[in-house]
Amino acid sequence: MEIGEPLRLVLFLVGILSFVGLNAAYLVWVERKGAGRFQRRPGPTEVGYAGLLQPIADAIKLLSKQLIVPAGVDRTLFRAAPLLMMAPAMMSLVVIPWSESLAARNINVGLLMIFAFGSINVMAIMLGGWSSRNKYAIISAARVVSQNVAYEIPMLLVVITMIMITGTMNLNEIVRQQAGSLFHWNVFRVWVNPLMPVTFLIFFICMLAETNRAPFDMAEAESELVAGAYTEYSGMGFGVFFMAEYANILLGCALGTVLFLGGWQSPIGVWPGVFWFLLKMYLLVFTVVWIRWTFPRTQFYGLLNLSWKILIPVSLFTLILSGAMMKLF
Amino acid sequence: MTAFPAADQLAAGIFVICLLTMGIGALIAVLSIRIIHSVCGLAITCVGLAGLYYFLHSPFLALMEILIYVGAVCVTIVFAIMLSEPDEPAKAEPRAAALAWSGVAVVIAAAIFWGLCHLGTRGNWPRPARTGDGSIAEIGKALLTNYSMAFELISLALLVAILGALAVARTGRTRP
Repeated sequence: MEIGEPLRLVLFLVGILSFVGLNAAYLVWVERKGAGRFQRRPGPTEVGYAGLLQPIADAIKLLSKQLIVPAGVDRTLFRAAPLLMMAPAMMSLVVIPWSESLAARNINVGLLMIFAFGSINVMAIMLGGWSSRNKYAIISAARVVSQNVAYEIPMLLVVITMIMITGTMNLNEIVRQQAGSLFHWNVFRVWVNPLMPVTFLIFFICMLAETNRAPFDMAEAESELVAGAYTEYSGMGFGVFFMAEYANILLGCALGTVLFLGGWQSPIGVWPGVFWFLLKMYLLVFTVVWIRWTFPRTQFYGLLNLSWKILIPVSLFTLILSGAMMKLF
Repeated sequence: MTAFPAADQLAAGIFVICLLTMGIGALIAVLSIRIIHSVCGLAITCVGLAGLYYFLHSPFLALMEILIYVGAVCVTIVFAIMLSEPDEPAKAEPRAAALAWSGVAVVIAAAIFWGLCHLGTRGNWPRPARTGDGSIAEIGKALLTNYSMAFELISLALLVAILGALAVARTGRTRP
């Protein structure tokens, strides 16, 4: 253990950085290919086989573009906002247990850490929008805040329910409790709380909203606000916002896998391992893409109504119900 | 502890970084003209403070600091500013008055700082008992039994803050 621990940390650092970069690049490909197929067209085909080199070409294009900082913007905040969006997502990936022994840091308050750093995202979009000094950007930033605040509440209520049931915030421990077959996964543990699948659904919806994905896409809102909070960004500034969006999707799906779908546990009870984790996570990611290209964007009022009138009451009810079930049985 | 190379130096370095973050954040919060920069300074200070809490072996408190102060309080403040800021630098005060007031403020701040340092180093503080293992069950029990008084007093502080906000907001308004 003399040199092992620092080496391990450096490897994890490099690993997480490259994992995020690679995924951000290739999730864009998945997104474009998926969008193409859902709309009965082939998607990217030109660069490489089936367009597989397209993300690399895109990255080179973005990197070679000039980073324009328009006159009149708040320079420091304008430059800081993309970084502020990217860094928390990467920080949070540190505590995700990819498999039994593959976790950069196994800390006792891992779940709390993800939400603590996740809450910085809103600040980043808002500062980006505000510092752009652009009407569209400010409108979009104001919407993003009200959306994120509205969806953070049911999200945290769901997570509190999960913490009550599992009794720990250590993600490794949460996965370990779901060992066994399919029916030991939290999403199917209906004897603990009969509304468990509903809880998972609420979590998933809130995750979509927190990562600003369509049908809750208020941050970018291409159809009405040009590019929303990112209107003034060019080149890699814009690129970093997009990488951060995909990093957040990855993080959300990884968290959903850990909390509800049994993490690295296998559905048939044998051979647990990292491939199960990746399989479940990418299935969730694909669902996210699928939803984006299937449903039109909701109206802003519909979005807030969904949260305040449906999700919050239901998640409060599941919280009380699981508390009562735990006391009674 | 573990056999991590240069652990002491690393720890000291991290401590200094946390302190610097807090100090720089506080300076930004106080010295910047635009109020939104001040909020960013506040957020930086809170992150540094969270680092200090982590340094003091209370990761729960550190993460709560980030979750509540950066994620909730600063976001709320920025939101309020975004909706209300008149978007022009504040009026410059008369120079002599500003100097006088800042002199008074410096004296008071120095006195408070000195007093607190004196209290902190000379006072006969009992070592806080380490209860439990820091798990959520332990923290929950501690908050609802031994420390319930402090817990309730914090909510009283929120009430006072709301009353203060109302009082400040009311004075600017005239009866129709």
